[in-house]
Amino acid sequence: MSDLLQFLFSGLTRGSIYGLVGIGFALIYRSSHVINFAQGEFVMIGGMVTVFLLAAGVPLPVAALGAILAAALIGVVAQVAIISRMRRPSTLSIIIVTVGISMFLRGAAEALLGRQFFSMKGFSGDDALVLLGAKVSPQSIWIFVSLVVTTAAISLFFRRTILGKGIQATSSNRLAAHLVGIDVPAVLAICFALSAALGALAGLLTTPITLTQYDVGITLGMKGFCAAILGGLANPFGAILGGLILGFAEALAGGYVSSAYQDAVAFILIIAMLLVRPNGLFSAPTVDRV
Amino acid sequence: MSSLRNLLTVVLALAALCFAQPASAQEPIKVGAFLSVTGGASFLGDPQAKTLRLYIDKMNASGGVLGRKLQLVLYDSQGDARQAVTFVRRLIEDDKVDFIIGGSTTGETMAVAPMVEQAGIPFFSMAGASVVVEPVKKWIFKTAGSDRMAVARIYSDMQKRGAKNIGLIAGSGGFDQSCRLEAKNLASKFGITLAADETYAPTDTDVTPQLTRINSAKVDAILSCGFGAPTVITVRNYKQLAMKTPFYFTHGVGSQQFVDGAAGAADGVRVTVSAVLVANELSADDAQRNVVQSYAKEYQAAYNEKPAAFGGFAYDALQITVEAVKRAGSTDKQKVRDEIEKTKNFVGLNGIFDITAADHMGLKPDAFRLTEISGGEWKLLK
Repeated sequence: MSDLLQFLFSGLTRGSIYGLVGIGFALIYRSSHVINFAQGEFVMIGGMVTVFLLAAGVPLPVAALGAILAAALIGVVAQVAIISRMRRPSTLSIIIVTVGISMFLRGAAEALLGRQFFSMKGFSGDDALVLLGAKVSPQSIWIFVSLVVTTAAISLFFRRTILGKGIQATSSNRLAAHLVGIDVPAVLAICFALSAALGALAGLLTTPITLTQYDVGITLGMKGFCAAILGGLANPFGAILGGLILGFAEALAGGYVSSAYQDAVAFILIIAMLLVRPNGLFSAPTVDRV
Repeated sequence: MSSLRNLLTVVLALAALCFAQPASAQEPIKVGAFLSVTGGASFLGDPQAKTLRLYIDKMNASGGVLGRKLQLVLYDSQGDARQAVTFVRRLIEDDKVDFIIGGSTTGETMAVAPMVEQAGIPFFSMAGASVVVEPVKKWIFKTAGSDRMAVARIYSDMQKRGAKNIGLIAGSGGFDQSCRLEAKNLASKFGITLAADETYAPTDTDVTPQLTRINSAKVDAILSCGFGAPTVITVRNYKQLAMKTPFYFTHGVGSQQFVDGAAGAADGVRVTVSAVLVANELSADDAQRNVVQSYAKEYQAAYNEKPAAFGGFAYDALQITVEAVKRAGSTDKQKVRDEIEKTKNFVGLNGIFDITAADHMGLKPDAFRLTEISGGEWKLLK
């Protein structure tokens, strides 16, 4: 029994990490129908910048804020300086450009910050908490709480703010959004900044658990992408639930079947999902009028 | 007329040859290297590349070897076996190097082994696994202590502490699995039973399910076979689960990065390491003391970072080969190989090497030092 609980806690930690990374994919997809493959690199930037600022003696809250701002800035620059300037921006070519941006960011981090892995202490120390006989790292609780708060904040943002509604409008019809006076390029830039910031948040929260390295974005990005696909790409809340499902599935597979198949679980889930519900668990199928 | 011209050509060619002869004696000795300077195994390849550069420069500054300078031809194989194969082909066919040092990982080493054997060129691998030199391959030697030695060293300590049932946690990579196999094979010799045997993927971010299963098996001690970031995650998860079982790691974690990354979670963990990591604790009568301490000092001075044990593999490989070249009096590949095989009582960073035709590593289990991490430092256990 306490084993099961331990596996579930492991699943919750992993799932929250994947969910946080997945939201970023979903946000950008929602606004521009682009899959941003540089999302994993923002996760890396969030962790790396925090670690380096901490090492420079900056207190944690400031370091975290600095990392988030740095990532958001890089996100905006990538969108404004590269993506928005493309001559014929088809969805596919933008996706390819994001792959290029991710390689550039990874290479830059490798050259500037080094190739070794970095870690930092948990925000509330690393001593385990005992919950119902299972042990949980306090950092896992930080991650889960942040996931809940982020979800609530995004929900409010989309429902209650003009900007959130503007993003929704841009997503459903860019031309119409433009005609009613929405500054579409600004909305797109803000979306990139927002998802980069969320990625960085995920990165700095997870670094005490997963460590960080210049190429950590590949794995985390891939898992976050799986989470977003599982939940339906256009739905940020779907990404969160998708992440949690993925996390639990991996932890239980690792606990009860064999740890060697943990990674396969993610991809089997995706294939099953694409076969059964191609729009993901939580998205209604889109209907295009011909 | 044309015959005269032919004669002239021959004479000129001969003259050129005559002039070329002394010049070729001054041609550099080419040291070929392929290392995982970047990529997942960069913590191995990076200190190895730095060590090679440092000591080749030092040798050149003091006049080179046999009056010739050493020239390093280094490729970054990024821990990728396919790239390693490409680079070794280039080293042999295009760069025409005199000997090869490289293969930071077991996977890369084994991938290039057939090619090296066929080309007949002395090759020092820095991989950890025993398979590299077992069975003995004519042209292949290695400097890194093998996982069998490490496991044997750890098992004898477990025995001393009265451990009977132990848990094993290993990655799915080549080094990890080779160590896992040795752990299984050696267990009965030490009266040890493997009560739990868990594996993780190199990209796993959390191994608490595996550790939970080991914990439920009520083991007396745990052995971890692995290296790099996953081992740091393992030891942090161990702390997170508040486990108290004695925990052992092999030399795969022998770098400051492991201790720093664990951020306190590694205290009390026992690790087999090369003497390099405990340079300052070696007793005055220790045969390796001088060579280890001067390496540590020179590396620190050149790169302003603590030396990792892995750089020592490159140091020993370079020194043993250069000694062999000196004894052979030439870079003739066959002669150099034969001389390497005759290396006796060479005091290196990884231990004292006695290479023979039957043993292309030449180290004994006591070459590893058993340490316990305490307060972020490696403490030598007497």
